[in-house]
Amino acid sequence: MNGAPGQPPTPGLAGLLLLADSRLPAGGHAHSGGAEEACRVGAISGPEDLARFLRGRLATAGRVAAALAWSACAGAGESTGAAESAWRLLDAEADARIASPAQRLASRTQGRLLVRTAKRIWPSPALATLAREVPDGAHHPIALGVAAQAAGCTPEQAAMAAAYTSVTGAATAAVRLLGLDPVTVHRVLADLPYDSVIAEQHDWSALPAHAAPALDLLAEQHLRTEVRLFVS
Amino acid sequence: MTKALVRARAILRTGLDDRGRTRIETMRSDPPITLRQTGPGEVHLVSTGAGPLGGDRLRLDVEVAEGTSLTVRSIASTLVLPGTGASLMEIHVYVASGGSLVFAPEPTVLAAGCDHRMTTAVTLAPDASLFWREEIVFGRHGERPGRCHSRFDATAGGRPLLRQELVVGDPDSDGSPAVFGTARCVGSTLITTECKEAEVAEGVAVLPLAGPGTLVSALAADAVELRNRLSWGESRVSV
Repeated sequence: MNGAPGQPPTPGLAGLLLLADSRLPAGGHAHSGGAEEACRVGAISGPEDLARFLRGRLATAGRVAAALAWSACAGAGESTGAAESAWRLLDAEADARIASPAQRLASRTQGRLLVRTAKRIWPSPALATLAREVPDGAHHPIALGVAAQAAGCTPEQAAMAAAYTSVTGAATAAVRLLGLDPVTVHRVLADLPYDSVIAEQHDWSALPAHAAPALDLLAEQHLRTEVRLFVS
Repeated sequence: MTKALVRARAILRTGLDDRGRTRIETMRSDPPITLRQTGPGEVHLVSTGAGPLGGDRLRLDVEVAEGTSLTVRSIASTLVLPGTGASLMEIHVYVASGGSLVFAPEPTVLAAGCDHRMTTAVTLAPDASLFWREEIVFGRHGERPGRCHSRFDATAGGRPLLRQELVVGDPDSDGSPAVFGTARCVGSTLITTECKEAEVAEGVAVLPLAGPGTLVSALAADAVELRNRLSWGESRVSV
């Protein structure tokens, strides 16, 4: 090896791995992203359905999450950090893209836990400002973007973490609920087109807003289902 | 195909008459978008010509003045057909303070091979009210639809209220249990009436938004079932 010692091959990579790891103690494992309800109603019954579910989830909710995480990471990284009211504006942009109150609640719950965890792992002024400005819990992709910046990631890496975590929770949930072969499901995860939902973002009002009407219905039905293993 | 590509821009504006009632101030048709007044404060969209066809670029501007009320409907559904390149339907709406708009045309039907883009930008002043229904049917009976990408943006009092994009004819989302499932139609109604609790029934949800409004969102096997589901949801939003 003749690389300079201590020079990482890609800056931010360690932060990305830690943030995308399901073992990050931020409560992500409690959410199935609609997969539990989809399994219950029979919309997912095997690996093929699951693959279609995850592709659709990535192309819609995943694309929106990636764009929000990109914007949040870039905003946190600006020399002065995003202005205080800017966080509330980006949060309102996320709100306008999540029509289902059940999904807004799940997103904020996960965002609040992630900010609380990330503040202790990677203390940063932007995380402190976000926690203060959006005390009920920022939406998860925004929390993820700001945490990613604190962990040394680029906006692109933040978007990748958001795209990836938009499908992994649902995939793991389906393995547990349907007893699917975990290797088959990981093959499905490996085949997903993550790069296709990641793009540079500038204008917050023009961020992608891909809706998934079935996910909205599943999220609301799930809240009304008595026996639930997952929060969402 | 030798048909010339169509560029059209129709304009519809309301104002108050001297007795304080709504009158249609401007009604500029531009074929194939033809506007017909059918009642006080009510206008129907009449399609005079096929399509939109691929390559057509159509635009409708609607302005609802302060304290006026406007209802826009259509005579028939819109059949989007293939042609030379993509077709575009652009709608720009402004509703002033105290103004009220009901926009509820018949569904947009995506024929095989179409490549359609719809963009709607709605700007609501504070205290403006809106009822906006949009229905998309994936092909005529037994037909596989072409492509459609719609984007709907509504702001209220300068704050984003609802932003939604739908993509039909994309292999990643078609047939996905996360997006449209097995449905052949998708529709939604945005109403600027706040309701306290979400409700859900077969294929339809009543969703209180974070901002001042409610979205009724439905999926269905056909246009009749879709309208029934949306109507049920709309009736749950107390006026």
